[in-house]
Amino acid sequence: MISNIITLQASQLFETIKHDKEELGFTFLLDITATDNLAKTHPSSNRFELIYILRHREFLETHIYKVFLEEEEIQSISSLYESADWAEREVYDQYGINFLGHSMLKRLLNHNEFDGHPLRKDYEITQGQLCTTSQDLMDEMRPLLKEKKLDMNKDDLMVINLGPSHPASHGTIRTLAALDGEKIVAAACEIGYLHRGFEKSCENHNYNQIIPYTDRLNYCSALMNNIAFAKTVEDMLDITLPDRGIFIRVMLSELSRIIDHLVCLSAGLLDMGAQTNYWYLFNPRNDAYDFLSKLTGARLTNSFMRIGGMTHDLYDGWQSDLEDVLTKIDFGVTESLKMIQTNRIYNDRLTDISPVSAESAMSYGFTGPNLRASGVPYDLRFTEPHYFYDTFDFNMVVGSVGDTYDRMMVRFDEINESMKIIKQAISRLPGGDVNVSDKSIIMPSKSCVYGGIEGMMNQFKLVVDGVKVPKGEHYGAFEAANGELGFYIVSDGSGTPYKVKVRAPSFYHIAAYPQLIENYQVADAILTLGSLNIIAGEMDR
Amino acid sequence: MDVSNTHLLDEAVVTTTIDAVVDWGREASLWPFVFGTACCAIEFMSTAASRYDISRFGAEVLRFSPRHADLLIVAGTVSYKQAPILKQIYDQMPEPKWVIAVGACASTGGFYDNYTTLQGIDEIIPVDIYVAGCPPRPEAILDSVMDIQKQLKHEEKFAVRNTDFKGKLDDI
Repeated sequence: MISNIITLQASQLFETIKHDKEELGFTFLLDITATDNLAKTHPSSNRFELIYILRHREFLETHIYKVFLEEEEIQSISSLYESADWAEREVYDQYGINFLGHSMLKRLLNHNEFDGHPLRKDYEITQGQLCTTSQDLMDEMRPLLKEKKLDMNKDDLMVINLGPSHPASHGTIRTLAALDGEKIVAAACEIGYLHRGFEKSCENHNYNQIIPYTDRLNYCSALMNNIAFAKTVEDMLDITLPDRGIFIRVMLSELSRIIDHLVCLSAGLLDMGAQTNYWYLFNPRNDAYDFLSKLTGARLTNSFMRIGGMTHDLYDGWQSDLEDVLTKIDFGVTESLKMIQTNRIYNDRLTDISPVSAESAMSYGFTGPNLRASGVPYDLRFTEPHYFYDTFDFNMVVGSVGDTYDRMMVRFDEINESMKIIKQAISRLPGGDVNVSDKSIIMPSKSCVYGGIEGMMNQFKLVVDGVKVPKGEHYGAFEAANGELGFYIVSDGSGTPYKVKVRAPSFYHIAAYPQLIENYQVADAILTLGSLNIIAGEMDR
Repeated sequence: MDVSNTHLLDEAVVTTTIDAVVDWGREASLWPFVFGTACCAIEFMSTAASRYDISRFGAEVLRFSPRHADLLIVAGTVSYKQAPILKQIYDQMPEPKWVIAVGACASTGGFYDNYTTLQGIDEIIPVDIYVAGCPPRPEAILDSVMDIQKQLKHEEKFAVRNTDFKGKLDDI
């Protein structure tokens, strides 16, 4: 299965997208990325092409546009979509494409002393560049203050750094906030401190070798990233797993969703001083990790999936282990809810803090629990049913005003819904194989490798060349714990992808963050960041 | 003071060396600064939570100001962009200070052998203990804290450590 891509002239692009947005209702810009054609065996005359992925506001239709660039520049669409702002900055940073009319076209992921554009094919992967000092970010702050007609001295403002090394910055996010007393009047965010070159690494490894890298995108729900990537490649190969494999994937991805939400909620509650909740929510997570380490051999970064299946089937006695884990999670969540549901501190501190309207949530490119908290009923498990999700009995959890309270409570309820799905999957789990039987995709068993020449050759070819994916381009999306996790993969027919772009939900959530915290206090901003559940691994990649 | 009662002090006073007292105090009250950036930081959260409970080893007073801390736990990938910040935090910590590199990325760059990742934090700051794993299990992080406790007993007590270390950002 290859996505349907429409090719446009560079001059038509802005008008076409504007028409799509205003006339046809494509109010949701999913991602912008570029491809460098330099290393293709039959390169086209244009070195760079840009890819725009749009989605209809009813979420049933996706448009993918491709533009071949004559020169390394194109008109910016940041005036149409809020989410285009950072998406274009990233393309500029990684590929060196100029977006004309963009208000702040500067580097996003790489540091300010970086020279060159790393995702260009002529940039050597190992060519690191030392950074000696951090930037002061005032070049972004000054225009913001000017826009709001504020003056540092006259209005007696104080500028402070929140992060990047701060316990409440959840890893590596840096926020520069201008304060009037305790109130934030303007803010700018800097990311890229955990940029680990995922996309460049993908271009240098074969498909199965990328699985461990996907683990470390959203490391709170590693298995789900495995599944999302493997599913996208399987769609390109046009293969489907046997039912048992699919059911195991459903169980594991829902368990990962629960773990992800538990980490988000426990850390968010810890930030507001509710330490008891941290113990109650974190301990069942440890029990879930005991189950996962028994199954996969690792707690956090499991690397359990393979293209076309998974490493092995469930172990004997898994069912009672998993049911036990679910009981403990249920207990932890119930106890935690008892402590906060009618707790005045909890309610007062979260209600009406940083609300996001449905319309602006879409313009920001929000997905997942954060979008649903704003009252938009969008969940890929419902709108694009895959993996038998339409046969499970569960509800979509939707909030109302999209404030910090909604964002947290949606996650609490989603834990319960995911538990429902797992319980149904346990009772419905069919027998049979977990992997596809195609020998050009799945590794032979060890007894075949050591016992016969055919098995050994199969193993050798798969390890050295990788799984050969047919030539083409495909955008595959998966409802991950944080929202729509998409992979845009370009294959040149070999075992190594020509290009992989991750559409990471956290990237778009953090892009909106500086605007969300304006006019709220610093203590509120910390909770807002916690409720957005920014995971640096997938944000910075 | 009634001289006839001095024999009672035998039970209340212990004579020892100053080094032994300093060791005893430092060993049981390491104050870590967690420079958590990525996956390893999530495992560090588990280490601090009740199941693994780092407070059993006297190291639960997590300080988020480097000026209060004497143990720097670098948990996660450090990119070139992050390196000057790591260096600044290390420089702000008072002596004596120890550094643990948690996990493959902090130790060597791990499998991120690419344009953006620092190939081990020892290019920037001196490291005392390297912990293997990607990420290491909480037990391994606890083990590294115990290693530091053992190590500090054999060191000179009031000296500045690692004076001859020269990192890549030191010459600039």
